[in-house]
Amino acid sequence: MAQQRTPEVIHGLMAEFDNPTDLVLAADHARLAVYTVMDAYSPFPIEELDDALGLKKNPMPLITLLGGIVGGLGGYGLEYWTQVIAWPMNIGGRPFHSWPHFIPVTFECTVLGASLAAFVGMLALNRLPTPYHPVFNVPAFDRASRDRFFLCIESSDPKFDRHATGSFLKGLHPLGVSEVAA
Amino acid sequence: MSAPQQPLQAPPEAGSMTAAHRELLARTPDVIAPGHTFGSVTDKISGIVLTHWTPLGWFLGFAIAFVFLMILNVTIVKLLFTGIGIWGNNIPVGWAFDIINFVWWIGIGHAGTLISAILLLFRQQWRTSINRFAEAMTLFAVACAAMFPLLHTGRPWLAAYWLFPYPNTMQLWPQFRSPLIWDVFAVSTYFTVSLLFWFTGLIPDLATLRDSAHSKWAQKIFGVLALGWRGSARHWQRYETIYLLLAGLSTPLVLSVHTVVSFDFAVAEIPGWHATMFPPYFVAGAIYSGFAMVMTLAIPMRAAFHLEDLITMRHIHNMTKVMLATGMIVAYAYVNEVFYAWYSGNLFEQFMMQNRQAGPYGPFYWMLIAINACMIQLFWFRKVRDNVVLLFILSLFVNVGMWLERFVIIVVSLHRDFLPSSWDMYAPTRWDWGMFTGTLGLFLSLFFLFVRLLPAISIFEVRMLVPAAKVKGSTSEHLL
Repeated sequence: MAQQRTPEVIHGLMAEFDNPTDLVLAADHARLAVYTVMDAYSPFPIEELDDALGLKKNPMPLITLLGGIVGGLGGYGLEYWTQVIAWPMNIGGRPFHSWPHFIPVTFECTVLGASLAAFVGMLALNRLPTPYHPVFNVPAFDRASRDRFFLCIESSDPKFDRHATGSFLKGLHPLGVSEVAA
Repeated sequence: MSAPQQPLQAPPEAGSMTAAHRELLARTPDVIAPGHTFGSVTDKISGIVLTHWTPLGWFLGFAIAFVFLMILNVTIVKLLFTGIGIWGNNIPVGWAFDIINFVWWIGIGHAGTLISAILLLFRQQWRTSINRFAEAMTLFAVACAAMFPLLHTGRPWLAAYWLFPYPNTMQLWPQFRSPLIWDVFAVSTYFTVSLLFWFTGLIPDLATLRDSAHSKWAQKIFGVLALGWRGSARHWQRYETIYLLLAGLSTPLVLSVHTVVSFDFAVAEIPGWHATMFPPYFVAGAIYSGFAMVMTLAIPMRAAFHLEDLITMRHIHNMTKVMLATGMIVAYAYVNEVFYAWYSGNLFEQFMMQNRQAGPYGPFYWMLIAINACMIQLFWFRKVRDNVVLLFILSLFVNVGMWLERFVIIVVSLHRDFLPSSWDMYAPTRWDWGMFTGTLGLFLSLFFLFVRLLPAISIFEVRMLVPAAKVKGSTSEHLL
């Protein structure tokens, strides 16, 4: 099923490659040609793409750290409040605030908070779940999760021009270039 | 529809290698058989799920496991209606099968986290084709483990207020100075984080299944589970960061879990339990038994689904070596226990060790020594490491040996109380056995379903092992 009709509004233009090296080269060329609004799609993570696409450092470590701090403080706070304020009990003559006993649960809560923050944060920043996305309109895109590599220059790019961008992508020797219906 | 094949490259340092190096390299099997492409590994792994063909052995194995799962159901119903009096434990042996099996299962789980998290941080490529099902094994083992402490409360719904901190009408709170509460937090955190880690790893593979499934239902189900994953570079960047972070968080977590489990014993004053050595001793034992379980599962699985070129002899060798190393730590701990019983000068400690070796349960002690300290010495031999059938049998023995270790620690320490008037023997009832074999059935049923319904090997990570996955040359420089 080839893309026969020419849609009025398109999400962008997508070039298809069959290996990661070509994709990284293509992304490099596109960046040097001052395209800014673009994304690459691959069946496994490619570290080199971060530089090639000019991606910024991501805030995941910070989010995870914050989650860990909240979890740890929450865990310790819970123990302090229940053991010292809400229900103080004399256990073998130990002080109510017997902090060494509170460490294991504090540690577990820290790990739990950090992990939940990392997982939920990743999904949130990636806007997942996303049931619909225009790139799925390209028939060949089925293989983005298998053995094909795609570079998509989006129509919202200030430099985007259907014809100029199309011939630019063709100049990168892809397997094919398709229009992505919005 | 096959992907273009990239020529296999020789390692770059091949020219400068000495003959000895080259020979060593030739003797080390690869982590992935040569000739694989992105498409071929994808088809190979997703093919197990996306097919109508199921090996006959699968039905046979699942049927047997399912029978035991039903036994578990019957046992639990009987337990809930009657109470834990149907079990054999009674004073002085207040803890028996429930805690033995809890510790045994939780220990088995540890290998999954070790493979998926610790080996990822150490950049051990060989972990890649075994991490997914090892993680699944962790989840199922922890689920089996959690059942015992939960059910040994007799009426779990009444136990909730002293297990979990929630505002209840009695205004009571859990006692946070007790290791048993630490256990609740450790195990529930462990299960949650393992589940997150496992699901995170599955997302890209679920997208692969969504894209290659032919049946409408499979597309829908995998489509929902894949959350709309499309392999965007921006997504991968965040994904890789949190994958590493989750691995970094799981590493101390897994060590903490068995440490906390060992505190259940070490904090008590029972001779045979009250030892500062317990945390590292338990962690090593957990990894040792867990790797044995991974072998027990991996060897039949790779034969049934013809995965020999993904789970290669390299994996089998490495797992055997990890078992050897951790087994030796456990053996060292056994020696240490004997030494400290003598060195402590404590009458009760000395009697405990004497009773362990020559008391009524003595044969169990010598069986565990025979397995965990002596039998594993076979792993030193390359001939043994090459023989998968023998390794399968030995791994079953290790599972038994580690179960006996927990039996000896728990029951043998308790049955001779401080006061001889309280001495008694312990024997499990058929309900004890029903519960134990039942969890084996649950574990294996879940595992059989998992292998058939989800990718048992991480597809996207195996793609990265294909030589063509390497980006050639530095990119930006020669453009400028």
